[in-house]
Amino acid sequence: MSESGVPELVGAGVEEERSQSGGRRMVLNMGPQHPSTHGVLRLVLELDGETIVSCQPEIGYLHTGIEKEFEVKNYQQAVTLTDRVDYLAPLSMNLGYCLAVEKLLQLEIPPQAQWMRVMLTELTRLNSHLVWLGTHALDIGAMTVFLYCFREREEILKIFEQFSGQRMMTSYFRIGGLALEPPRGWHERVKTFIDAFPSRIDEYENLLTNNRIWIGRTKGVGVISLEDMLDLGVTGPMLRAAGLKMDARKDAPYSSYEKFDFEVPTRTENDVYARYLLRLEEMRQSLRIIRQAMDGMPPGPWKADAPHVVLPDREKMKTQMEALIFHFKIVTEGFRVPEGEVFQVIESPRGELGYYVVSDGTTMPYRVHMRTPSFGNLQAVPKMVEGVLIADVIASIGSMDFVLGDTDR
Amino acid sequence: MQLLDSFIFITLLKAAVVFGVLMTTLAYLQWVERKVIAHVQVRPGPYRVGPHGLLQPVADIIKLLTKEDLLPPYVNKPLYLLAPFLAISMALLSISVIPFGPTIQVGPVTTWMQLTDLNIGVLFILAVSSMSVYGIALAGWASNNKYALIGGLRSSAQMISYELPMSLAIAAPLLISNTLSLRQLVEAQSGGIFNWNILHGPFPQVISFIIFTIAAFAETNRVPFDLPEAENELVAGFHTEYSSMKFASFFMAEYANMITVSAMATLLFLGGWMAPWPAAWGSSLVPTAIFAIAGATALYHGANAARKRDKLTLPVFGIIFLIIAGVFLLPMVQSWLLPLFWFAGKTGAILFLFIWVRATLPRFRYDQLMGFTWKFLFPVAMLNLLVTAFLVAWTTK
Repeated sequence: MSESGVPELVGAGVEEERSQSGGRRMVLNMGPQHPSTHGVLRLVLELDGETIVSCQPEIGYLHTGIEKEFEVKNYQQAVTLTDRVDYLAPLSMNLGYCLAVEKLLQLEIPPQAQWMRVMLTELTRLNSHLVWLGTHALDIGAMTVFLYCFREREEILKIFEQFSGQRMMTSYFRIGGLALEPPRGWHERVKTFIDAFPSRIDEYENLLTNNRIWIGRTKGVGVISLEDMLDLGVTGPMLRAAGLKMDARKDAPYSSYEKFDFEVPTRTENDVYARYLLRLEEMRQSLRIIRQAMDGMPPGPWKADAPHVVLPDREKMKTQMEALIFHFKIVTEGFRVPEGEVFQVIESPRGELGYYVVSDGTTMPYRVHMRTPSFGNLQAVPKMVEGVLIADVIASIGSMDFVLGDTDR
Repeated sequence: MQLLDSFIFITLLKAAVVFGVLMTTLAYLQWVERKVIAHVQVRPGPYRVGPHGLLQPVADIIKLLTKEDLLPPYVNKPLYLLAPFLAISMALLSISVIPFGPTIQVGPVTTWMQLTDLNIGVLFILAVSSMSVYGIALAGWASNNKYALIGGLRSSAQMISYELPMSLAIAAPLLISNTLSLRQLVEAQSGGIFNWNILHGPFPQVISFIIFTIAAFAETNRVPFDLPEAENELVAGFHTEYSSMKFASFFMAEYANMITVSAMATLLFLGGWMAPWPAAWGSSLVPTAIFAIAGATALYHGANAARKRDKLTLPVFGIIFLIIAGVFLLPMVQSWLLPLFWFAGKTGAILFLFIWVRATLPRFRYDQLMGFTWKFLFPVAMLNLLVTAFLVAWTTK
């Protein structure tokens, strides 16, 4: 304990010293337990009055060792680990991993499964953006928006539950297709939701977009130059709000995204307000994609025709010897993946999500590394908040939309 | 007989009544706030403790009383203990000069519905509310916690800054009514809505009413000016280190201040306990009509209950409302119940505004907040006062 009763900063390298104005600088420890660091981020802020002199983010409080755990799970089991990394966008995490392993296996995924994957990942994007908007608005003091957002999110979670039996840790995408057959009645449920959703977005806009206080709190706040962001590895909506049209769904289409008609919105203001407007626009674009996927859902199987990877149907297993053998092998041992390495990029709601999977020919990955968007985005915190007021720190880190699980892995 | 007539006895009795009523209102104001915000946010709000959560305040009080009263080792003990006491006593003190209605006759005694009719009541309230800054500033400083310190500093700066436009906004109606006594202020506004200061010529005080309301939001640390306790920046602001009843004291002080400023706005601008139009035109029937409609609605919804438990509770409420509607028709109570109704109704409307705004608006940033008062509110209030003073001088010549 130091004199002031605040624990000594271990390795933070920030010391209280006299500022130019004569007063002493204060070191404020924001987090790990702080209501608006969204998880367990710790920010060591050096303050001169209420102005930030320097900021040092510390991560690692939510380190789960998931990347290591991949090495002791077989390929199919490991899908369930991916949900836990970015718990607000579980299906995007599933998708990236499945695509990477499928690339190694050179599996061809039937169109229905691809369309279904697109639809559900876009719903995940809505889910994630809703949580972001709600908590971001709550940080700035608008309490009602938070509850409105969670009302819609609840509906999305119910849709997920209908598909996979789980609300959050869905693990619905599996290597070779989907985990279960799409449930009966999903079409009506999704349709009801997306028909109602545009008016809900208008509702949020009513509360925020033209609100003088909201504009005052977000316009011109959290600006960081595009060059700095590129140097630090920031991706996703943050870059697009700075005017760079970078979206893996367009640049390196996966899972048939090239067949969908949608825009990648960009803005040039590069502040918290621009990021807010951009994400709202992204929600509208996601709705377009969902509608197209739903209306144009091709018929056919929902898992690949690859008996050595995909579990056989229950019926076949009971009647065909071959299917039974495959079932036994997949369940007891898993499937072998040819030696090699692969890097697969997808666009998660937070930015560019990359999976680097190395296989040594066995049934378990030799190494899985995730290039998670939150980790990259978080690097921009110090540059963004130096010289601003404490209240702007909250608005700035809120606009980055990071998830600590995604940062620490 | 002598005992009943004695000044001390009556004052003590009135103090007890006012204190009891105020405390109950405080507790239930919180319930109302939670309910209103909940309904704005499409959720039911407190619902478990008692019918429609009506016993929730009682549960809260029991919880707060029985919580562990923590005294952190690194605080400045005397000031740390003094701060919540100061906050709550200052908040309760200012209610003592607020009149709730005209005279009331209880048996042989006739008395004002007010604790003390101070001839400088307005100044007294301003002075006391300035003192309440100490409670918050000391709490922030004595806690020896950085978040609390920043919260306390913000709060003192904010309250001192907003006191200026508030005082200027108050000065304008005082010029028109030419008195500092709250009672005479209300009496000067009698005779219908167009004699209320908010609409009263020579210069309707709409602007000062708006300025007063805005400053009142800041004085009571409410959204959008709730920076001192901005949860998402400062954890809990100045009361971060307080627990149990000491925390509750700050909480009660905030709500008591809310009631005081709402009552002030009613007295200064909205004609206090005066009805908006004369009784000859049926203003005395308004409360009866409101309660009768409420009762009928409750009975109707009780008969067609959406939820099972409403089947029992709503008819009970309906009958209670109808009884109240009947009571308002009794001539013997009308003389003091009607003014009380108008006073409570107007104050309640302003309190509702407080709650409504909390559910709708985000929070200002510290520098924007200060800029707003010094660059906008203060000049406008000053201009308003000058124009009013000129017009008053011109018309009274």
